[in-house]
Amino acid sequence: MSNATLKELSDRLAAGACSSVELAQDYINKINGLGKSLGCFITVDAERSLAQAKAADARRAAGNAGPLTGVPLAHKDIFCAEGWLTTCASRMLSNFVSPYDAHVVELCNAAGMVTLGKTNMDEFAMGSSNETSFFGPVRNPWNPDTVPGGSSGGSAAAVAARLAPAATGTDTGGSIRQPAALTGICGLKPTYGLVSRYGMIAFASSLDQAGPMARTAEDLGLLLNVMAGHDPRDSTSLERPAEDYNRSLAQPLKGLRIGLPREFFADGLSPDVRCAVDEAVAEYRKLGATVVDISLPNMELSVPVYYVLAPAEASSNLSRFDGVRYGHRAAEYTDLMDMYKRSRAEGFGAEVKRRILIGTYVLSHGYYDAYYIRAQKLRRLIARDFVEAFRQCDVIMGPTSPTTAFRLGEKSADPVQMYLSDIYTIAVNLAGLPGMSIPCGFDGGGLPVGLQIIGNYFDEARMLNAAHQYQLATDWHTKAPAVGQG
Amino acid sequence: MKWEVVIGLETHAQLSTVSKIFSGASTAFGAEPNTQACGVDIALPGVLPVLNTGAVERAIRFGLAVGAKINSPSIFARKNYFYPDLPKGYQISQYELPIVEGGTITIQVGDTEKTVRLTRAHLEEDAGKSLHEDFHGRTGIDLNRAGTPLLEIVSEPDMRSAEEAVAYARALHTLVRWIDVCDGNMQEGSFRCDANVSVRPAGSEKLGTRREIKNLNSFRFLQQAIEYEVRWQIGELEDGRAIQQATVLFDPDTGETRMMRTKEDAHDYRYFPDPDLLPLEVTAERIAVVRSVMPELPQAMKSRFVDEYKLPDYDAALLTASKETASYFEETTRITFDAAKVLLGIAGKEPVLSGVAKLAANWLIGEIASRLNSGGIELADSPIKPGQLAKLLARILDQTLSSKMAREVFDAMWAGEGDADAIIAAKGLKQISDSGEIEKIVDQVLAANTQQVADFRAGKEKAFNSLVGQVMKASRGKANPQQVNDILRRRLAG
Repeated sequence: MSNATLKELSDRLAAGACSSVELAQDYINKINGLGKSLGCFITVDAERSLAQAKAADARRAAGNAGPLTGVPLAHKDIFCAEGWLTTCASRMLSNFVSPYDAHVVELCNAAGMVTLGKTNMDEFAMGSSNETSFFGPVRNPWNPDTVPGGSSGGSAAAVAARLAPAATGTDTGGSIRQPAALTGICGLKPTYGLVSRYGMIAFASSLDQAGPMARTAEDLGLLLNVMAGHDPRDSTSLERPAEDYNRSLAQPLKGLRIGLPREFFADGLSPDVRCAVDEAVAEYRKLGATVVDISLPNMELSVPVYYVLAPAEASSNLSRFDGVRYGHRAAEYTDLMDMYKRSRAEGFGAEVKRRILIGTYVLSHGYYDAYYIRAQKLRRLIARDFVEAFRQCDVIMGPTSPTTAFRLGEKSADPVQMYLSDIYTIAVNLAGLPGMSIPCGFDGGGLPVGLQIIGNYFDEARMLNAAHQYQLATDWHTKAPAVGQG
Repeated sequence: MKWEVVIGLETHAQLSTVSKIFSGASTAFGAEPNTQACGVDIALPGVLPVLNTGAVERAIRFGLAVGAKINSPSIFARKNYFYPDLPKGYQISQYELPIVEGGTITIQVGDTEKTVRLTRAHLEEDAGKSLHEDFHGRTGIDLNRAGTPLLEIVSEPDMRSAEEAVAYARALHTLVRWIDVCDGNMQEGSFRCDANVSVRPAGSEKLGTRREIKNLNSFRFLQQAIEYEVRWQIGELEDGRAIQQATVLFDPDTGETRMMRTKEDAHDYRYFPDPDLLPLEVTAERIAVVRSVMPELPQAMKSRFVDEYKLPDYDAALLTASKETASYFEETTRITFDAAKVLLGIAGKEPVLSGVAKLAANWLIGEIASRLNSGGIELADSPIKPGQLAKLLARILDQTLSSKMAREVFDAMWAGEGDADAIIAAKGLKQISDSGEIEKIVDQVLAANTQQVADFRAGKEKAFNSLVGQVMKASRGKANPQQVNDILRRRLAG
């Protein structure tokens, strides 16, 4: 049963083929088994989950069920959920039980979805391998010696290992797309402002965006239909009429113009990944799409720009974790300053500290203009590149990540190598565009490769259409890792 | 050497919104600690600020009232520093682009009017409070005040004495209450000033090094603090010591300022635009709406009082010291004038507006103000309302009451004994203005005081006053003194 997609589960529940309680119990059993060895979850609370499932069954019995009522999902532990431990994978919040729901959680609850648990992630979403979690790394279900990517590594691994049919993730520089690629699932980062950030613990506010992770494009659309929507509690949330993101799934791709940025296929791209992406593009040609050679000349600046702006915002966003009102406070201290220093030194991990230091530095008097202001200017140039590119094409495609899953520990000693893992995804966040990753093959070692699809602002429906048509023609998205089968 | 004092003020006016600047929590003063702090105010993980449009509207109103430019967009920025009563670890303020830029405040010191330029006014949130008592050596945090909307109003260094600084602060205080953007309650901290003070040799163009006196929450402290600081700085300079830029605190108990921190240990606040808040756009339409509901401002009203009511500048200034006083005055004048028209009309006479206004001004500035003052009462709580005072003044104008009698009636009114006419009837205080009746009394008095009549006729002017006194006594104080005077003169001349 747990091999089913969101859509299939929705249909089965609607047909009365199973109950939500049975479904939840089935997933929880797997989470408590395989989930433990993969390190996918930080918190599982069967009692809460089953209570939700019971309520969903009652709702269905009363005739009030929506399309996803009773369907389970997992939430990245960055989303506040009332009554749930919400840690952001940090020691700092290892004792924080949220008194409120994030907008995304509220919407999923209102749809009748069942929370299976809170998934592991890089601490405060800072990382590309899920190795910075205070609760230990997540292992890639395709090969437990490799990383699942990050920061939404727990969500990605859980969906790939069939521990959840879908999960929420967040993407600041690639944190949905890169782990989706490395674990062979689908992930979508919507246009900035489409999904409310309220209740999503902030990393870099101007870049953070929540999105769905699932096994098919259609499932992404179903979940995005629930997650998206204006929220007056987030001033950057956009006021737009509601739309059905799956409305164009069936549309043929004839005439679709695909832009291939030459910068995505240059040095640093592994041959196996390149090969799989080329084959995917060839498949799209077969489906009637045309291919346009485009350029994003400022893309090479995206990593340095990102590593000025994101840490700058993070250094300020993480100031509230001071040990005064909640979260970790050092057991002993001599005075206020000592309390701050010890609490934060103990509460934050090395990568988080590194970024707070970088951010504090680039905002400091005398450096602000040279780093922060300059990076903001370059950010606008990068965004303009996309505007230019979309004059020539409807969607942009390329690899999601330059390599497939790397070995645990392989890049943890070299932050720059780690940061380059997001070289193809970061520019999308800087521009505020929607981007997604879908599986498009495997490397020589049997590890999945992700195809990135970047759309114009608010073009999620077209991206899902392109992904869905590809998935009708191919079966990469149906491949499961050995541990997830059966 | 002669020294010139240079002062600029930064004033924090708490905006009179019902809820906080970035959350829906109440701003009411005096609640139990931490009962008015929601998730946003205590900075839970994941919460976000949402700008209160009421605070923006008030900032625009202030900007228009001082003739400033309303910037669009203006930008909210984060001012980063750690302190236990600052829950987010940063204060949301405006830095490079404030909502209000420029503008002026007119002040009056003695007989001279002066214009003080404003640099800017920006929106920001207040911090919470650290409570150091009652916690046995530990510190308590009350976040009720955290997120309260403030307008920080920054002046140019245009003031040259403590008197000017106080006059500026008072004028600003009057204005913010006048346009209903701030309740002006200084005890509750709704209006507080930081004063930047420096001195320089008279005639010098270059500014001296300034020291900033923080958090002055009364006009008296503002005056005392600046006066002390000026004396101290001049003393230092005359002793050959340089002034070091610093932030100081005023101790009302000693009347002295003391060093809080020097420039060296000033924070680097690492300001940057708050990514949680979009640039604040203010459309011309929105400004027009605010302008359309703007009340007449104190300066304009003062000029109008001088023109329309022919009041002296001094009176007009006092009457426009607050909106309540001004409207009390205008209402009293209007009702008195209407009533006097009817009462004097019977005798075929007409009241003169300027005379009525001056009478109303005298009673308001005189009797009412002194009663309020001695009782510590606000004008709004005065037991005598404009309509009631007007009835009394009308009885002065129609000569029912002498001014002495009017004061007696006023006392009774203040004590709550009823309205003017009822008191006049009850006390039999009606002035005798019937000339026949007064002539009768005068004749009796003249007949009984032949010696004084003779003295007067022999040139002793003093004897006249004595005869007036006798007539007033005989009428038990009710005779119209003017008429008594006239009739006596006529009779004695005859």
